[in-house]
Amino acid sequence: MGVMRLTLKVWRQAGPGDRGSFHTYAANDVSEHMSFLEMLDVVNEELLVRGEEPIAFDHDCREGICGTCSLMINGIPHGPRRATTTCQLHMRSFRDGDTITIEPWRARAFPVLRDLIVDRSAFDRIIAAGGFVSAPTGSAQDGNSILIAKDRAEHAMDAAACIGCGACVAACPNGSAMLFTAAKVNHLALLPQGQPERAARVLSMVKQMDAEAFGGCTLFGECEAACPKEISLENIAHLNRDLVRATLGDRGDSTRDDE
Amino acid sequence: MNRLFALWDTTVGKKVAMAVTGVVMILFLISHVISNVLIFSNPAHLDSYAAWLRSLGPALWIARAVLLASVLIHIAAAYQLTIRARRARPVEYNRREVQVATYAARTMRWGGVLLAVFIVFHILHFTTGTFHPDFHPGQVGRNVMEGMQVTPVAMFYLVAMLALGLHFSHGIWSAFQTLGFDQPAYRQTRRIVAWGLAILVAGGFATIPAAALLGYLKWP
Amino acid sequence: MKLDARTPGGPLAEKWDRHRADLRLVSPANKRKFHVIVVGSGLAGASAAASMAELGYQVSCFCFQDSPRRAHSIAAQGGINASKNYPNDGDSDWRLFYDTIKGGDFRSREANVYRLAQVSGNIIDQCVAQGVPFAREYGGMLANRSFGGAQVSRTFYARGQTGQQLLLGAYQAMERMIGRGSIRMYSRHEMLELVVIDGHARGIVARDLVTGEIESFAGHAVVLATGGYGNVFYLSTNAKGCNVTAAYRAYRQGAGFANPCFTQIHPTCIPVSGEYQSKLTLMSESLRNDGRVWVPTVPGDSRVPRDIPDAERDYYLERKYPSFGNLAPRDIASRAAKEACDDGRGVGPGGRGVYLDFSSAIARLGEATIRERYGNLFEMYNRITGENPYATPMRIYPAVHYTMGGLWVDYNLMSTIPGLHVIGEANFSDHGANRLGASALMQGLADGYFILPYTIGDYLATARLDAITVSHPAFAEATNRATERLSRLLAIDGTRSVDSFHKELGHLMWNECGMARNAGGLRRALARIPALRAEFWENVKVPGAAETLNQSLEKAGRVADFLEFGELVCRDALEREESCGCHFRTEYETADGEAKRDDAHFTHVAVWEYQGTDAPPVRHEEALDFEFVKLATRSYK
Ligand SMILES: Cc1cc2nc3c(=O)[nH]c(=O)nc-3n(C[C@H](O)[C@H](O)[C@H](O)COP(=O)(O)OP(=O)(O)OC[C@H]3O[C@@H](n4cnc5c(N)ncnc54)[C@H](O)[C@@H]3O)c2cc1C
Ligand code: HEM
Ligand code: HEM
Ligand code: SF4
Ligand code: F3S
Ligand code: FES
Repeated sequence: MGVMRLTLKVWRQAGPGDRGSFHTYAANDVSEHMSFLEMLDVVNEELLVRGEEPIAFDHDCREGICGTCSLMINGIPHGPRRATTTCQLHMRSFRDGDTITIEPWRARAFPVLRDLIVDRSAFDRIIAAGGFVSAPTGSAQDGNSILIAKDRAEHAMDAAACIGCGACVAACPNGSAMLFTAAKVNHLALLPQGQPERAARVLSMVKQMDAEAFGGCTLFGECEAACPKEISLENIAHLNRDLVRATLGDRGDSTRDDE
Repeated sequence: MNRLFALWDTTVGKKVAMAVTGVVMILFLISHVISNVLIFSNPAHLDSYAAWLRSLGPALWIARAVLLASVLIHIAAAYQLTIRARRARPVEYNRREVQVATYAARTMRWGGVLLAVFIVFHILHFTTGTFHPDFHPGQVGRNVMEGMQVTPVAMFYLVAMLALGLHFSHGIWSAFQTLGFDQPAYRQTRRIVAWGLAILVAGGFATIPAAALLGYLKWP
Repeated sequence: MKLDARTPGGPLAEKWDRHRADLRLVSPANKRKFHVIVVGSGLAGASAAASMAELGYQVSCFCFQDSPRRAHSIAAQGGINASKNYPNDGDSDWRLFYDTIKGGDFRSREANVYRLAQVSGNIIDQCVAQGVPFAREYGGMLANRSFGGAQVSRTFYARGQTGQQLLLGAYQAMERMIGRGSIRMYSRHEMLELVVIDGHARGIVARDLVTGEIESFAGHAVVLATGGYGNVFYLSTNAKGCNVTAAYRAYRQGAGFANPCFTQIHPTCIPVSGEYQSKLTLMSESLRNDGRVWVPTVPGDSRVPRDIPDAERDYYLERKYPSFGNLAPRDIASRAAKEACDDGRGVGPGGRGVYLDFSSAIARLGEATIRERYGNLFEMYNRITGENPYATPMRIYPAVHYTMGGLWVDYNLMSTIPGLHVIGEANFSDHGANRLGASALMQGLADGYFILPYTIGDYLATARLDAITVSHPAFAEATNRATERLSRLLAIDGTRSVDSFHKELGHLMWNECGMARNAGGLRRALARIPALRAEFWENVKVPGAAETLNQSLEKAGRVADFLEFGELVCRDALEREESCGCHFRTEYETADGEAKRDDAHFTHVAVWEYQGTDAPPVRHEEALDFEFVKLATRSYK
């Protein structure tokens, strides 16, 4: 209870070119009420005073919604607490005397930029490839002219809750981005607004996902367990079905041109 | 046709190919295990079954072609996906705690390779007789009984059947997902179906080398 | 400094339409020739970038996060207002307009606010079309909830993640245009300087936060959508990266800064738990619908809440504001909490907290109902505090949340520097001295989707701009300003960390310029800040190099600007000798402790003009004349 002493084994890497290695730091008088990132803040302040460079890690909102924070903590993305991002993980999840191993997300598509910071722009490119509804500003009709059953809207919201953190990729033994991609495909496929581009969307997003050198999905299910927003594997099944339908079945108007 | 290639060009498509070919192999194995356990009632049954197969003529060859194609496509996809996965994570974690991935899921690749080896050996063993101590074309029941007397061979069969069971169980469970069925409500059911089938088929096959080892299965 | 609001004449309801009819247009063929630089990818920036690219302009967009989708708009929880009147409870553009003007304590422009109400409905339509999964009724219609400061239900929401869903909608619209090559996105880029040529904003200088490279970007217009400056208080509900740098750099180039002292404090946040605290987490206001706020009657009562009998509890909001009770507006609820804690009756670590108690609601409605209503919020509270709010009351305390002040803009959203447009929380906007819940998302999207795309065309069509490239000497100057500043920061190599300075500034601002202010405290702050700034420039320690990803250097630059900007906030608070909305001067309160406006002397926008770091800035005034509403005193008794 109260104050803890911890040993941190942290991955340090000066830059993309550098080989990188683990460094060990002592974190003394850690309060159980600190968030994991606040614990790192404290360690960084000590490093600074000693004239060493602080540990670089990504973070912004610190309330579990922006998806910027990452970290592989003791071999689990976002650490041991279920459905919790690193920034909302608190030190009461650890015990006095623990040694904590901290690593960056590991994937060819997520190159390390420095220490624990990786480049996740591949996700943006997957969205740019088709993760949208083409509705130019001003073209919309009245919001209530599209009726959506309550439970369907809730279902779409479940998929839309993805924060793009990349923990699914970090957890997947294949380094696959299927859960992230499927969450967006399914969010839009569940809604009437998403239908016209449904086939084209899944085709181009999967194409881009493969182009980014992510691995394929072989249903390990690790992604779902790691996801801080509990995005369901069900989404992957839906993506698979949509993709088969889009390639073999009728593609709808939206993709006539590319046939 | 080019649509099929378009599908094959995606990671998802390769997975679908594995699922479909996997199911073909599963169907074959179900019929195969049923025919094989006939041996316990009377080896002659097996012979007549084999004879009947042969009598099918071209149909049999078509079936064989489909089966062979399936295995080849299945292996090709498995190989490509495996290479891709290796490339996708060039630097391994110093520490990674598996959360939910089952043993079966994690042994798909090695299990698969073992199965590949097994199949080759197996065909040289019972279909061509190349590896068989004394092979009697047509006397399938006898070939099996005698073939299984060689302890190391029987042992190898047992190990292969274990691998099969594991591969089979995750395979079926995974195939559902790949082919697009995953209502969370039915997850449990799918697990049960997958394991049930796996145990029946792999277990069914296993009884034969097991019986042989225990000395119940002898050619008079 | 000339302050021409360019408010169109005519009846309130027709101003925007008339103005739109008068705006000059850029022909489709010519739009392609114009390059617009948008700094910021939040609701305002993303919606503006997407809409302008759809019109045919060449757009470059910048954000400091690793992806535009992570702008702090993502954190908005409660919802977004619109005068759709779907519930048929008598809402209208006029009512939304009036609630906003009144909520802002009559310190905003009538014409702008009315326009905001007029376009609010289109925003909902646009977002629905993008696939934003708003909450629905069983019949499939859009659902509404009620929010503070209004008697109608006009708030649209997507669970507790409205901002996230709206931002993802705008982000996806923007990614679509990125995919088509009409927007170039520069993530992990921080704007360090504004480039002004012949009096027109013509570009920016930004640092690539990965390589450390200082890059120049030239364009025909610059749009700042860089969000709020709440982090001048160090602890706030803002994200760690939120900063005033972009706006402040523009201010130093001559853009007027309006009402910097109008900063909003949110009453229901999770209290500080220790020195290491790095940010504060908001708990949705909706909790006050069923939670009762109280503190012990006697100071220093250290008993656990359940051992304190009802007779010894002070439900102070219910006592002071019988009619609104626990639903009193943000500024009032916040101040009441502060007073209770100042009396030594605060609870929890450091006595800086009050109870938000659900026991009577649970007794009345049952735990199941409460879980259904607030389940995710209770979980979040438990995740952060480790306490179970079903069993023991939550502890809450006010925290800095939103900044109404910002760069001054005219009716066309253009600052005092021609070509420099400012949208979203970064401008001084339509919220006056206090923002009503669920109206910031509305304003950000109104600016980006439905106002700027029209008004910027008028500027581009009329301004005579000669072709300019980054080889123009002005870019070299700006680049030198930026690099010189960075190398200075690195060279100091003192003994104190950037955070320690930021924390000290924050404490100072919070104590002297927070929920309640007075001349004495503000003068103390005005004396202390320059000293702190001087120490910063002599003794701060910034490790590492400028040519790499260097988070300490990023922080240092932002804090250096806060150290100048904090002074401006205090100066503005000191000069505004009245209480209005969130700006509460203890010298100016009514007999029963409410804000006392001085309409005779302060019915205006205070606009500050930069004169150099150590010379005091000049204060200008834009008079606010109210043609259509008459100024009333807010009362929530
Ligand atoms: C916790 C919380 C809850 C809220 N809830 C609600 C609510 O329920 N309803 C409501 O109406 N409002 C709410 N608000 C207010 C509302 O969310 C914000 O006012 C609004 O989202 C601001 O949007 P923006 O686009 O102006 O700025 P932001 O979303 O903050 O975006 C700022 C952008 O500018 C970029 N940027 C900043 N500085 C630089 C620089 N120097 N160089 C380059 N890029 C830069 C950032 O990268 C970012 O992309 C809430 C605010 C908070 C903090
Ligand atoms: C011939 C050698 C074999 C190899 C190399 C092999 C390899 C693999 C691999 C690597 C996978 C992918 C892992 C995964 O999807 O989780 C897989 C999946 C599968 N295998 Fe095999 N396997 C072989 C034989 C078999 C046999 C004999 C069967 C029939 C019982 C089978 C049925 C399946 C099924 C159904 C799948 C699931 C496909 C999917 O996930 O959709 N495989 N196999
Ligand atoms: C102990 C278990 C098994 C026994 C006793 C057995 C027995 C046999 C026999 C006797 C034959 C020859 C039939 C004939 O020539 O007509 C045969 C063929 C075959 N077996 Fe098996 N088998 C077993 C398990 C398996 C398994 C697990 C697989 C696949 C993974 C498999 C795949 C095949 C194939 C592909 C053929 C060739 C079929 C053909 O020639 O058309 N067998 N098996
Ligand atoms: S699916 Fe889950 S883990 Fe993957 S990016 Fe989205 S939120 Fe993160
Ligand atoms: S862990 Fe990987 S294999 Fe598929 S199910 Fe998840 S992406
Ligand atoms: S920092 Fe935003 S989710 Fe963790």
